Amino acid sequence: MATAIAAQTHTITVLVDNRPGVLARVSGLFARRGYNIESLTVSITDNPNMSRMTIVVAGDADTLEQITKQLHKLIDVHKVFDYLDTPMLERELVLLKVQSEPERRAEILQLVEIFRGKVVDIADRAMVIEVTGGGDKIDSFEKQMEPFGIRELVRTGRIAMMRGSRTV
Amino acid sequence: MAKIKSTGAKALLESLRREGVEIIFGYPGGAVIPLYDEIYHCDFLQHVLVRHEQGGGHMAEGYSHATGKVGVCIGTSGPGATNLVTAICDAMMDSIPMVAITGQVRTEVIGKDAFQEADITGITMPITKHNWLVKDVNDLPRVMHEAFHIARSGRPGPVLVDVPVDVFRAIVEYDPDEVQNIEISSFKSDFKVHKVQVKRAAELIAQAKKPVLYVGGGAKAAGAEHLVQALAHKTGFPVTTTLHGLGTFPENDPLSLGMLGMHGTAYANLAVEHCDLLIAIGARFDDRVTGKVSAFAQNAKVIHFDIDPGEINKVRRADVSIVGNCAEALEALLPLVDETQDISEWRAELDAWRVDMPLEFNDGAQDGTLHAEWVIREIARLTDRNVVVTTDVGQHQMWAAQHFGMRSPRQFITSGGLGTMGFGLPAAIGASFGVGPDKDVWCISGDGSFQMCIQELIVATIYKLPVKIAILNNTFLGMVRQWQEMFWQKHYSSVDMERAPDFVLVAEAYGMLGLRCDNVADVEATIRKAMETDGPVLMDFRVVKETNVYPMIPSGQTVGDMIVRKPQQIEEPESTCHYQPRDTRMPVVDEVVDVAR
Repeated sequence: MATAIAAQTHTITVLVDNRPGVLARVSGLFARRGYNIESLTVSITDNPNMSRMTIVVAGDADTLEQITKQLHKLIDVHKVFDYLDTPMLERELVLLKVQSEPERRAEILQLVEIFRGKVVDIADRAMVIEVTGGGDKIDSFEKQMEPFGIRELVRTGRIAMMRGSRTV
Repeated sequence: MAKIKSTGAKALLESLRREGVEIIFGYPGGAVIPLYDEIYHCDFLQHVLVRHEQGGGHMAEGYSHATGKVGVCIGTSGPGATNLVTAICDAMMDSIPMVAITGQVRTEVIGKDAFQEADITGITMPITKHNWLVKDVNDLPRVMHEAFHIARSGRPGPVLVDVPVDVFRAIVEYDPDEVQNIEISSFKSDFKVHKVQVKRAAELIAQAKKPVLYVGGGAKAAGAEHLVQALAHKTGFPVTTTLHGLGTFPENDPLSLGMLGMHGTAYANLAVEHCDLLIAIGARFDDRVTGKVSAFAQNAKVIHFDIDPGEINKVRRADVSIVGNCAEALEALLPLVDETQDISEWRAELDAWRVDMPLEFNDGAQDGTLHAEWVIREIARLTDRNVVVTTDVGQHQMWAAQHFGMRSPRQFITSGGLGTMGFGLPAAIGASFGVGPDKDVWCISGDGSFQMCIQELIVATIYKLPVKIAILNNTFLGMVRQWQEMFWQKHYSSVDMERAPDFVLVAEAYGMLGLRCDNVADVEATIRKAMETDGPVLMDFRVVKETNVYPMIPSGQTVGDMIVRKPQQIEEPESTCHYQPRDTRMPVVDEVVDVAR
């Protein structure tokens, strides 16, 4: 169904020169061509001259094809990889500051354990929890925490890597 | 070669010399004085002092259009750089190789809102193939060669090199041979033509009953005109060209259908509408060509040749795509196509449309009126089409495209993608520098467009360039007026240009011959006078005010909606205006109130 395809998201890994202005070139391309970014992360790599971007975009297969081709045209872009036919690992990390009245702490800690999270900071009425995993897992953890009162939340955005021995 | 030591400015000029640059168009300013000091001492480079950086940018474009070489323009920091923006964007849209060099404020004050500071690399990021802010003089020689390499390789386009004033003055020690060896691992431009795809294209061609070749500017950029002609002649397939494809296939060839698109010929558009195979060669399915994309060439399979992979499937999904230099691709394709393919039925169909719906024009023989189309046809006839033509943007541009009848590629120079008014005159000047003094360059312009870069007239005078400017003066911003007439109930909002300078006097003030022609009987004499006169000439043709460009496919619509000729009776729809329309014409002098008094 057309609407279902349109709502698809794709993960793209982009290897770029580690140079000032590169992020602006990439994000500018997405903005002016009307591609929707759901998340974008940039990090260093094992090669000091390169950065690695992981971009999650919404759009159909045609849009993804255009995004890939247009990205290739940027001089700073070395490689573009979509995980269309490749099994991929994806991870995200969330730091979540939740309201924690002393009487509800145990309940929260139990959930943290289920999600294999960690309490990284604790105060009288709040604690900060770290959880990593796929986007869905983080979403559902967030949902579990809602009744307690989420005071603040930050997510890293998705990073991805191919399974197996192949590399981007 | 051993290392040499020089200033950044000198190293920059050395790179220009090595890239074969002979002419640059520029305007000095504080941040580029060190560069201009080197230009002052330079013996291999002609510097043309323009009168506005936009003009300089368009001259570089015109030069590049006419010669295929990389055009180079210079502006200072801040406003000098921002004035180049329109020309850079124009070059981007029309794939013109251009290197723009801008000065920048001192490295240490960048980001501090210094005097005449503008983030020009930020500003031009979306309208260049690539750009650089060179903060270290050691990078400058290499960056310059990279700039030329990127501008001319693959799909050509503009690049910008921004150089802070202190970098021009700093000393660099480098090996000029070594920096010329460019290696940009992340820049791929030499796509190898895929043999299997070529074979698949040949198969589609063999099956086609109603094929059309759709040729764009890419064929010209690749120098593939002979191959396009060879393909058409071998197969007998009809050829339609885009605005930038005009001339790539001679229009006096019986296979030529002329231009397609919004103001293309009726028969070209009908051919595309009914074809079963559309062979796009270096064309990008621009919206002015396709109209409503979903209805464009609905029954056709598409073969798409393009050097830019990003163009494949961007607008229209191709059944066979061939990425790479289209000259190379056509060369591979030619031996695979059959010359005995019978498409006589299709050709007969096309010929019938040609007879039914030819391009129409009024030569004034009946009513004595002077029409822009007629002036263009007379220019073509009297110059034997052995001239370069530049245009501005608007009705006159479309009439020139329809009626001039181009014969060779690089003959027709126009602003297609961006549609930049003010392009024509500076482009004509740049083109004239490119083709030399023995070939006339005709600038077909309108009274609106012409005033947008009017200041460059003096450059034509100074260099005695054979630039013949024909202003088709209908005292309107004609194309907007046409849309207002056709789609906005004749609300002529801000299109009246009646109050204009006397163009003949303007010509004289700028030191060139000015001629006025308001009579159809004088057209030939006026054109001949311009041809006989050495150097630049300006002609003010006072043409009929309210005429429209036909055929027309209204924006975003289909060939079925094409208006082939002027409707006999225009029914005036009721105005939906609920208030008294404001008179947007300029007040007459007597009405002007001197507010200072």
